[in-house]
Amino acid sequence: MARARVIIDREFCKGCALCTYACPKKILVISSDFNSRGYYPVTVQDVEKCIGCGFCAQVCPDVAITVYRE
Amino acid sequence: MEKVLMRGNEAVAEAAVRAGCRLYFGYPITPQNEISEYLSFRLPQVGGVFLQAESEVAAIHMIYGAASTGARVMTSSSGPGISLMQEGLSSLAAAELPCVVVNMSRGGPGVGNIQPAQSDYFQAVKGGGHGDYRLIVLAPSTVQELVDLTYRAFYLADKYRNPVEILGDGMLGQMMEPVVFRDPEFPPLPPKDWAVRGKGNGPRKWIVCFDLDPKGLEELNLRLWRKYRRLEEEEVDYVTFGCSEPEVLLVGFGTVGRILRSVVREGEKEGLKLALFRPITLFPFPKKALQEYARKARAVLVVEMNLGQMLEDVELAVRGEVPVFFLGHTGGVIPTVEEVLEYIHFLLAKEVRVWK
Amino acid sequence: MEVVFKRPRTLLKKPFTYCPGCHHGLAQRLIAEVIDELNIADRTIGVGPIGCSVYIYEFIDVDFVVGAHGRAPAIATGIKRALPDCVVFSYQGDGDIAAIGTSEIIHVANRGELITAFFVNNAVFGMTGGQMAPTTLVGQKTKTTPFGRNPEVHGFPFRLGECLSVAEGSAYIARVALTRPQFIRQAKECIRKAFLAQIEQKGFALVEILSPCPTNWGMSPKEAVDWLEQHMIPYFPLGELKVKECLSRETS
Ligand SMILES: Cc1ncc(C[n+]2csc(CCOP(=O)(O)OP(=O)(O)O)c2C)c(N)n1
Ligand code: SF4
Ligand code: SF4
Ligand code: SF4
Ligand SMILES: [Mg+2]
Repeated sequence: MARARVIIDREFCKGCALCTYACPKKILVISSDFNSRGYYPVTVQDVEKCIGCGFCAQVCPDVAITVYRE
Repeated sequence: MEKVLMRGNEAVAEAAVRAGCRLYFGYPITPQNEISEYLSFRLPQVGGVFLQAESEVAAIHMIYGAASTGARVMTSSSGPGISLMQEGLSSLAAAELPCVVVNMSRGGPGVGNIQPAQSDYFQAVKGGGHGDYRLIVLAPSTVQELVDLTYRAFYLADKYRNPVEILGDGMLGQMMEPVVFRDPEFPPLPPKDWAVRGKGNGPRKWIVCFDLDPKGLEELNLRLWRKYRRLEEEEVDYVTFGCSEPEVLLVGFGTVGRILRSVVREGEKEGLKLALFRPITLFPFPKKALQEYARKARAVLVVEMNLGQMLEDVELAVRGEVPVFFLGHTGGVIPTVEEVLEYIHFLLAKEVRVWK
Repeated sequence: MEVVFKRPRTLLKKPFTYCPGCHHGLAQRLIAEVIDELNIADRTIGVGPIGCSVYIYEFIDVDFVVGAHGRAPAIATGIKRALPDCVVFSYQGDGDIAAIGTSEIIHVANRGELITAFFVNNAVFGMTGGQMAPTTLVGQKTKTTPFGRNPEVHGFPFRLGECLSVAEGSAYIARVALTRPQFIRQAKECIRKAFLAQIEQKGFALVEILSPCPTNWGMSPKEAVDWLEQHMIPYFPLGELKVKECLSRETS
């Protein structure tokens, strides 16, 4: 069971990738299918590794990420 | 009711306070400084705000902000200062914000001079800033009328959610005359439910002066257009004086109206049949009434302290049915009764017969 | 599970209209967070700019007024003087605040107007397509400095924050960036203090927010934040430029 969880709103994400650089665990990647506005949103690759630090959400310019932790 | 002797500039300031104006922002410029000097002590007495702005640009946008809260607000200026305010006036008109602007106009163009002139007619009446908008423009000719129109200016501003300009001139501002402050009774106004005051527990509001969507912006423009047409239906005002079927119908606004009144009287003594038509609302312009009066005359003579600005509106109203002549001075030169009379004699002798 | 991060209440739930990687949205999120934490949404009035964030009122759930380009400080003055109990903030870009509206912001600071100003410095005119701004760096290429900003021709990048710090009426001036989580934490603290300077009637407050414009800089979002850190921060140093703690004022 993961200690933390990130939820990415695919429709809010613009695929800027800033969160992927901020994540200390490097578990965020840009997906290969686009959302309804034509952006390639980010997805979590290995949710088990998430530590719930919230860095991704902090740097996200589009407030697309919600973070939960145990 | 008590009569007091007051200078025009101070009278308009006092009338504004009595009309409920509680915020004033302005930048000094002659010949209207007494307005801000008066309000700098008078507004604090009633818990209001007087603030000297760093420029007319700032002043008119302070007005924009304060008007957004639903408060009754006023600024005043002249010539170059009113030019600087055009950006804000266009915004106020677009955002449909009520406010009152007093223009004690002076000689132009450029820095011009500080003598009375009427050369801001086009600027006041035709929009002045960019876009399809109008100000409501009121032109008083006595200090008493200045007072009465100040009350009306605040009322009309609120009623139509539109900036109102009181177009006076340096002479009216400096003139001392007895005045009575009688609180007029206007029909009740709708609540300012559009005003921005912090959302509290209710829904939030916003006030903007743009719409980036073409359809939306056209809709705004059409709404403004309907408002201006309604003004033309409901708010036109003017006075007439003299003969009902004159040989020459004199048309002049503001202080020129005073001169033309004397011309009518003096002309009578010389056996001339004259009348005066003096628009009080320059926008909405009293087109129909003027056209009807002009039909009864042999000629129309427009007199202005400019080189022919209201003249164009008179010509549009008369539609070529009667010959329209013009006499004007500018730069602070004031037309005299004698020269107007002399010109009338000349017209009747040389010009008018050719036409009719 | 406990929530570590979620959208602040006062930031309306709709996607921003800014380009990918633009920090206008991030700045507005932080302002909304502070408004929530101070519990002032009911009495806050925002004054928006003309610039890329002209639609700020679509995103922050408080009352708003937007007027002409650069005049937000004067508009905010009018609002605050009419409603002294409201919390009034302006939000402006570098063209808005440091070019066309320079006079208004200087005098607002000098009067010690009780308003809070947010200044998003992205070193270009974003909305009009990337022309030179007063804050464009020396050598920086823009649409109107195709060979790079040359101080002999275009003058030097303007440090507005420092300029306003010398005004007697300013109580709090800070410069922040939003390129890393710790900067974002500091920025939020500065935004909080800037609101408090107004609420506690200490004087005028401004937070300058260095912000990337990937679109007009011609960079990817990541390149843009790196460029900001490497080039903007050395010229526009981060930190509190002025903190006036004990300015006593009478309630007007
Ligand atoms: C009086 C006036 N002049 C020019 C413009 C055009 N204009 C709109 S926004 C802008 C500059 C925007 O740049 P900035 O303030 O830095 O905001 P950004 O878009 O970069 O966030 C300009 C020049 C205008 N709207 N009004
Ligand atoms: S919360 Fe931290 S670890 Fe988890 S995805 Fe975000 S940045 Fe990575
Ligand atoms: S930072 Fe936000 S917008 Fe950018 S890729 Fe990550 S989730 Fe998407
Ligand atoms: S043009 Fe620049 S400032 Fe404007 S939204 Fe895009 S990235 Fe942001
Ligand atoms: Mg900019």
